[in-house]
Amino acid sequence: MESKYDVLVIGGGPAGAIAAKSAAEKGLKTCLVEKRPAIGAPVRCAEGIGREALMEFIEPDPCWISAEMTGAAIVAPDGTLMQLSSAQAGSKVGYVLDRKFFDRELVWRAADAGADIAVKSRAIAPILENGAVKGAKIEHLGKVTSITADVIIAADGVESKFSKWCGIDTTVPVREIMSGAQYVMTDIEIDPHSTIFYLGNEVAPEGYLWVFPKGDRSANVGIGISGRKSGKGHRAIDYLNKFVEKTFPDGKTIEHIIGGVSVCRPLDCTVADGLMIIGDAARVVDPLTGGGIYNGMFTGRLAAEVAAEAIARGNVSKKALMPYDKAWRASKMGKAIDRNYNIKEYLIKQSDSKLNDIIHSGSKLDLKEFSTLMLIKELIRVNPKLVIELGALAASLR
Amino acid sequence: MLKVHRDICGYCGCCVSVCPEGALELIDAYLSVEEKCTDCGICAKVCPVGALEARHGK
Ligand SMILES: Cc1cc2nc3c(=O)[nH]c(=O)nc-3n(C[C@H](O)[C@H](O)[C@H](O)COP(=O)(O)OP(=O)(O)OC[C@H]3O[C@@H](n4cnc5c(N)ncnc54)[C@H](O)[C@@H]3O)c2cc1C
Repeated sequence: MESKYDVLVIGGGPAGAIAAKSAAEKGLKTCLVEKRPAIGAPVRCAEGIGREALMEFIEPDPCWISAEMTGAAIVAPDGTLMQLSSAQAGSKVGYVLDRKFFDRELVWRAADAGADIAVKSRAIAPILENGAVKGAKIEHLGKVTSITADVIIAADGVESKFSKWCGIDTTVPVREIMSGAQYVMTDIEIDPHSTIFYLGNEVAPEGYLWVFPKGDRSANVGIGISGRKSGKGHRAIDYLNKFVEKTFPDGKTIEHIIGGVSVCRPLDCTVADGLMIIGDAARVVDPLTGGGIYNGMFTGRLAAEVAAEAIARGNVSKKALMPYDKAWRASKMGKAIDRNYNIKEYLIKQSDSKLNDIIHSGSKLDLKEFSTLMLIKELIRVNPKLVIELGALAASLR
Repeated sequence: MLKVHRDICGYCGCCVSVCPEGALELIDAYLSVEEKCTDCGICAKVCPVGALEARHGK
């Protein structure tokens, strides 16, 4: 690790890794610091990602893919199952990753592209000059060193502190943190090629419970509930235990995972003088699904591209970095966040009987394109009443 | 001050994201609580496993 870089990336999750890789590929002198001793562990994720989304960044490799998905299903509060399949029956629609190896592969590639990597190295404070971010103090084994860089990229995840230290409010509202718990289970009866989502106020208030296959008889069995609905005796772990006791009483748990994921609107602004914020740290998770792997990688690559241009022009002011903020908001990802935020706000207000009604409208939906947008469109098509309830939101989907 | 039940805490960082004071920080597997903690109890509410206890909070 040297003391001066073009780009310093804080955090070695998917967002930071892709940012560091992209920056290094642009010829920028790049360093990535990660506070954990090992990239990718412990896992804080259900590891699901769409096929197209993944392929935009990396060719699927069995080394870090646990299972291939050909469909999905939604279970209504009353137990009714709605099957979702691709119009091209049997085709792969998504993957369940093995994030310990996936995250490591991404950081490996950043290193291969030329980036310096430092693990067990924690950013403990920004270096500020007249309000502009100029670097970070990095602690490694009790020793603190100063690293300066033209652009600092904050990729420090849901527990992000760096932007906060730079004066940006990143606090997630209580009702918009998904409090999550998950078991990696084995020896359970599942459909090994379909993800299942369970809805209902008794099952997962203002959230959902999932079974994401990791093999023929193994799966990530997890849940996220709104922070607002969490409390003593009714936490994510309590709901999960209730479900597991009923559904997989003989299953064996080989990993215990917990975590938080934000389903709020993204930060008002994701750049400042010398600073860019990406991934979960920017709160760009999909508010409907809680998925943030793709969004992290997408914002990571975009941030590196804009940083490269700004550095080449010798201007890394907030204004010069603003094209990054504008571009992700205008992108398909940015628009999906906006739309899915509104859909989430609608769905969390619905009673169990309403959710039952919606799901009763079809036991099997064939989706032309396997995406939440297509699913919502299809649900509206089979539930014409929803058009009125969703109002402008429904109109915006057409 | 906030009490962290370290035998329960899974150092996931869920609490850090909701702390309005920025008083919590995850140092690898150790959740640190700074002086500026007001014991408001928000973190204790959202914790997935119940590892936090606000002793005078709401
Ligand atoms: C229970 C659960 C289930 C989920 N399921 C899915 C899913 O199925 N699909 C999906 O797409 N998404 C899912 N997500 C969300 C997904 O895990 C995140 O969106 C994704 O990991 C975000 O990537 P990131 O790189 O922004 O942040 P992270 O992966 O969190 O990486 C941030 C990194 O920064 C490091 N860091 C933090 N502070 C510092 C510091 N000061 N100095 C140095 N390093 C620091 C952290 O140690 C961490 O390694 C889930 C989340 C949870 C909690």
